[in-house]
Amino acid sequence: MKLFTLFWVFALLSILAVGGGTAVLPQMQHMTVDQFHWVSNKQFRDIYSIGQVAPGPNMLMVMLIGYKLAGFLGAAVVGFAFFLPDCILTLFANRLWVHFAASPWRRAVQRGMAPVAIGLMLAGTVAIAKLAVFNLVGAAIAITVFGVLLWRHVNPALLIMAGGVIYIAAMFG
Amino acid sequence: MSETLAARASASADERPSLARIFKTFLTAGGISFGGGVVAYLREYTVRGEKWLDDDEFLDALEVSQTLPGLNAVNLSVVIGDRLRGVAGAAVAVAGILIPGMLIVMTLGVVWEERRRNPYVTAFLIGVAAAAVGLLTTVTVQLGHRQLTHWLDLTILSATFVAVTVFHISLLWVLLVIGTIAVLIYRPGSHHGEREVKLPHPHFHKRRGLLRD
Repeated sequence: MKLFTLFWVFALLSILAVGGGTAVLPQMQHMTVDQFHWVSNKQFRDIYSIGQVAPGPNMLMVMLIGYKLAGFLGAAVVGFAFFLPDCILTLFANRLWVHFAASPWRRAVQRGMAPVAIGLMLAGTVAIAKLAVFNLVGAAIAITVFGVLLWRHVNPALLIMAGGVIYIAAMFG
Repeated sequence: MSETLAARASASADERPSLARIFKTFLTAGGISFGGGVVAYLREYTVRGEKWLDDDEFLDALEVSQTLPGLNAVNLSVVIGDRLRGVAGAAVAVAGILIPGMLIVMTLGVVWEERRRNPYVTAFLIGVAAAAVGLLTTVTVQLGHRQLTHWLDLTILSATFVAVTVFHISLLWVLLVIGTIAVLIYRPGSHHGEREVKLPHPHFHKRRGLLRD
C-alpha cells in the first residue's frame, strides 16, 4: 500500500513538473512533508542537497525519499514512478509536437506556458531558500553564488562544494 | 511525426549511431555532470562531440523539453535518443543519463542515513542548499529575463508565484487555471501573440548551460 502511494505521488509530481524539477519542488515538499509525513522539512532539505552534489539530474534525490520509507525497493519504486510515465509521455508528445510544427497553437502553448514555468521556478527557489537560508552565513553564500554567476561562468559543482565547506568553516571554525 | 520519419529515412543505416554509442555518450554526460547542469554537458557531447545535431536543432529540442512536463535533461535525452534511433534510442539515452547519478545518490543517501546526526554533515548540506539557492536564482533570472520585463508576462508569472507560495494552491489547479488563461492570452490571432518577441541576448544561450533540474 505504501509502495503504491509512493508510486502515484511521484508519478503525479513528474507529470506536474512543467518547467523542470525546480518547478515542482513546493508541491513535492507539501506532499512528502505535510500531507504524507514521509520526511521532515530538514530531511527534505538534506535530501535535496545530496541531489545537488551527485552528477546527473539533481532531482534523482527523490529516490532517497523512497529509500527512507521502504529501503531499496522504495527507492526503485520512486525511480520508476518519477521517470517512466514522464518519459513515455515525452516520447509521444514530442512526436505530436513535431507533427504540429506548423500549428499556431503550438506557439501559443510555448509562449503562454513560459511565464508560468518561470513563476513556478521562482516558487521552487523560494521554497528551498526558506529551508536553507535562515542566518547571515547562508544568505551570504546564496548572494555570493548569485553574484559570481552573473559576473562569469563558474562550474556549478565548485560553487556547491564551496558553499558546504564555507558553511562548516563559519559554524565550527 | 512525418519530419522525424523523413529524417530517419534520409539517414542510411550505417550513418545512424549504434545504441551502444548512444548509451556510452549519455552515460558519460550523466556521470561527469557533478553539481547538475546536465543540459550543458548534453550539448557538449551531442552537438560539439558527436555532431548528431547542430546548435539550432539542439535549442529546438531543448525548447520542447522545457515546455513538456518532467525534468528538462531527461526529456531532452528522450527527444535526442528518439531522433537518433527511435524508442530504443530514447530508452538507452535515458538509462545512460540516469544510471551514474542514481548509483551515486543512493550511495550518498545510505551514508547520510547513518551519519545524519553528525553536525558537520548537516552544516555541509545546509551550505550546499544555500549555494543551490544562489544557482537557482541565477537560472530563473536568466531564463526569465524576457518574462520579467514585459507587464503581461510579469502578471502571469506573479500570479503563478503568489498562487503557489502565498496561497499554497495545488500545482494541478495552478497549471489548469493559470496555464489555460496564459495560453488563451497568447492564442493564435490575439494581438499579444503577434507582439514581436525580442530575441534573447547572445549570452543567454551560453548561460542556458546553467539550466538545472
